Amino acid sequence: MSQIVLITVLSLSLLALISSIILYFVAQKFKIFEDPRIDEVQEILPAANCGGCGFAGCRNFAEALVKAETFEGLNCPVGGADVMAKAAEILGKVAPVVDPTVAVLLCNGSPEFRPQTSVYDGVADCRIAHTLYIGETDCIFGCLGEGDCVSACTFGAMYMNPETKLPFIIDDKCVSCGACVKACPRHLIELRKKARKDRKIYVACSNCDKGGPAKRACKVACIACTKCVKVCEYNAITIVNNLAYIDATKCTFCRKCVTECPTNSIIELNFPPRKQPTALKTETITS
Amino acid sequence: MKTFPVGGVHPPENKLTAESAIQYLPLPLSVSIPVTQHIGAPANVIVNKGDYVKTGQLIAENKGFISAKTHSSVSGKVNKIDTIIDSTGFKQNAVFIDVEGDEWVSTIDRSTEIVTEIKLPREEIIQKCLDSGIVGLGGATFPSHVKLTIPAGKKCDILIINGVECEPYLTSDHRLMLERGEEILTGITILMKALQVTRAMIGIENNKQDAISHLTSLATAFQGITVHALKVKYPQGAEKQLIKALIKREVPPGRLPLDVNAIVHNVGTAFAVYEAVQKNKPLFERVVTVTGKLVTKPGNFFVRTGTPVSRLIDAAGGVPEDTGKIVSGGPMMGKSLSNLDIPVVKGTSGIILFPKSESERMESYPCIRCAKCVSACPMNLEPYLLMSLSEKGMFEKAEAERISDCMECGSCSFTCPAGRPLLDYIRLGKTTVIKIARDRAIKK
Amino acid sequence: MSNLLYVSPSPHAHAPDTTRKLMFGVIIALLPALFSSIFYFGYGAIIVTSTSVISCLLFEYLIQRFIFKKPVTITDGSAIVTGLLLAFNLPSNIPVFIIIFGSFVSIAIAKMTFGGLGNNPFNPALVGRVFMLISFPVQMTSWPLPSGFSTGYTDAVTGATPLAIIKEGLKNGDSISQLVTQIPTPAQMFLGNMGGSMGEVAAVALLLGLIWLLAKKIITWHIPVSVIGSLVIFTGILWLINPEQNANPMFHLLAGGVLLGAIFMATDYVTSPMNPKSMIIYGCGIGILTVIIRVWGAYPEGVSFAILIMNAFVPLMNAYIKPRRFGKEVKNG
Repeated sequence: MSQIVLITVLSLSLLALISSIILYFVAQKFKIFEDPRIDEVQEILPAANCGGCGFAGCRNFAEALVKAETFEGLNCPVGGADVMAKAAEILGKVAPVVDPTVAVLLCNGSPEFRPQTSVYDGVADCRIAHTLYIGETDCIFGCLGEGDCVSACTFGAMYMNPETKLPFIIDDKCVSCGACVKACPRHLIELRKKARKDRKIYVACSNCDKGGPAKRACKVACIACTKCVKVCEYNAITIVNNLAYIDATKCTFCRKCVTECPTNSIIELNFPPRKQPTALKTETITS
Repeated sequence: MKTFPVGGVHPPENKLTAESAIQYLPLPLSVSIPVTQHIGAPANVIVNKGDYVKTGQLIAENKGFISAKTHSSVSGKVNKIDTIIDSTGFKQNAVFIDVEGDEWVSTIDRSTEIVTEIKLPREEIIQKCLDSGIVGLGGATFPSHVKLTIPAGKKCDILIINGVECEPYLTSDHRLMLERGEEILTGITILMKALQVTRAMIGIENNKQDAISHLTSLATAFQGITVHALKVKYPQGAEKQLIKALIKREVPPGRLPLDVNAIVHNVGTAFAVYEAVQKNKPLFERVVTVTGKLVTKPGNFFVRTGTPVSRLIDAAGGVPEDTGKIVSGGPMMGKSLSNLDIPVVKGTSGIILFPKSESERMESYPCIRCAKCVSACPMNLEPYLLMSLSEKGMFEKAEAERISDCMECGSCSFTCPAGRPLLDYIRLGKTTVIKIARDRAIKK
Repeated sequence: MSNLLYVSPSPHAHAPDTTRKLMFGVIIALLPALFSSIFYFGYGAIIVTSTSVISCLLFEYLIQRFIFKKPVTITDGSAIVTGLLLAFNLPSNIPVFIIIFGSFVSIAIAKMTFGGLGNNPFNPALVGRVFMLISFPVQMTSWPLPSGFSTGYTDAVTGATPLAIIKEGLKNGDSISQLVTQIPTPAQMFLGNMGGSMGEVAAVALLLGLIWLLAKKIITWHIPVSVIGSLVIFTGILWLINPEQNANPMFHLLAGGVLLGAIFMATDYVTSPMNPKSMIIYGCGIGILTVIIRVWGAYPEGVSFAILIMNAFVPLMNAYIKPRRFGKEVKNG
């Protein structure tokens, strides 16, 4: 009995020894040299692997940071300025200042304002609805409401509002990774510069039709009347293709354009109530 | 009986209007003629607001070779040139005309006598097709003069005429063959002259026995035209399946029928070619079937292009009470319409009104791997796999699995017992793969 | 909403087939076999079949409702089919607790753990059957002889199946012509007058089911024909080489579970290949493996194992064996 045990122990130990020697040499031969700084940088990255930086995962981004000459054009939207500063410290480079952004839906066409003119009975997928026809309303630019953006969000920052049939973006959870921007076939979501206290002013419309058809399709459409352009003292508003657009970097949040807009197409969010009562008819997207 | 060997389904035929003789639809009060009613480069409008136009007058020029001209279908004043939603579901430019009388361009021969002698030489026939705005009336609306122009290095030895009409409900080609048989055969002879071929085969599905015997007896007076009965199976009318059934040749993937020395034209196109070449009449009207189980007066109508669909439906007794869906084309490949102002165009073969009970899709369940979609696909594809790949975004793999071979006939979605939206995702996959392939070619 | 038109992508028509219709079509095809099993095995057949079907339905309902927390789909008929097929693989005197155990394995382990209908790689009824065979070898290999309603559920007289008689006899050195007196005649086997599992005995009932399945286009001919064809050819070759050591093909076809397997188990949608070429290879594989196990393996019957082994190859076949591309054989011009 003990002889069998002895032989077993010896033969298995010999097997283990030979295997470890082979493994050691193989590991040495096939070793890849990697800059140890890549591991260091990867440590401080948020590990969300969302692709918001434009690279395939956090490790890939860490490699890019280590190899890059400067941090120009490189930014982790999820980690933000803190993470970029830490990475800069590790690598002895300078992190450029990048304004934090947040996703905003440039459409306010809920059924209250944008009447339904047909029933879409296909797969609940915006890309498929978009290639099929103009959509359930007469606005060929507006939100289709099937939720591709919500499915694309991996941070739980979006949900479909059943009353407005529009996606709602939760500011606290949005990390600006850009997944929803890519998912929307009508390019309705924009990453706008974040302001203090999550305040926002933007033209909640993407309709490029002339005023008549736009207004017929949706009560709160932008009709390109140019009143907002004229009232803005900071030249923050431009009109291109019958559609007004507010530049978030120039806007000072004076709110004059909001009251000036005759169709209430411009939306203000998270502001204190105004001192004088104004006829603000609509505010469907509330905080 | 001849048929294609792989795939195919048998949707109920519902040929409610097979016995209804073609009527002329009275002119509407106004028309909205889409400028581009063909595949290819969009046409350029050459009329302006306020112009007076005559029936048959040119209103849009073709842009380049793979494009087509568009003619006015009525006489009257141009009200405006504006966008309209057409049967594709998207907006395009259209010429809106308020109808005044029915004054035709003087060069059109309006006599009804059938002219069988073909005086024009080959090149002029092709030019006539271009000048008359002839496009494929089977539904694809490909410019016919392009199809008749054989590029160097290729040759054609047979003309195949598509009288199959495999889509349920539609009977416009059937009635045209029964009532205008001689004109069609003359048109086929014109096409044969243009292509310099001596043989033409007309394929007709076996549910149109009367058309088969009628054309067979008429064809004895014409040289080289034979009529063939085909087994009733969808999609027999698809050109690749038609070529396979009639002459047993398979068009290679990504290629055209000309690559197997054949050219296919629809019977309606042959009729339009007759009118263009023998009567100088451009293409501005066609036969449209208006049908549906609840429709009170279904029928086949000669309709001028630009006529709103509402007008057609009124002539058929109006929109029935319980209507849920209105389709332009056949139930398998047609496009559902979102409103009734959409105009009839050169490619509109029929308008079908479905009751609400038949308008909603069945609920979709997980795939049970029954492989009925694989048996149904006439292009030897595996639809369940193509849908999975498209759904998951694996478009390179979908390209390798030959998703571009798909002709979107709908047999897979039709037959799937679990009600899966196979064709929806395959279409998405196809458009994405085309984009990927185009980007790849640009990069090179 | 009432006046708005529905807009959806084509096609705008649908065939009358639904999953439920297909599953109930299979159940109808199984009815002749059910009636023949009750005719030959009496009370036992009724008790075993109903226990199997009810416990399969119950396990599927409980798992879908309380563990998956998703809509319950027991009305699509697939659990009933699994229950029936599992029952047809069992002897009619098997105790109820073993049947429930087998149903649990079939539904919970072989089907639900993979995600429910459409996702399982192995035939659930066969997985259940094989599990039971390995866990309860004695109860699973004592086969009652047909006695109708004259005996009760558990006191049926058991005897060796024709396949077992041949296998044991050959091992003991007897030749086929010596054994032929101990086995039923082909006519008896065709009608089902022999010992065996409840569903496999009556060839005539199973063939009626096959005709129904083919007529209703529930299955195509490829799998049954290739299983039966390859089995007949392989055993035919062996029989021609040595008729004293190998039984004739007709015997192999009618004895054991070949017909049940070829018509109902191998043709299970979820676990069989997706295109005709693969189906024929799959069927031939099953036929050949069955014969190998029967002639050279340890068990007298090999259909269950053969089908499970070929199930394992199905994903490989689906991935690499593709239908011929339309237009590919014409030379590129």
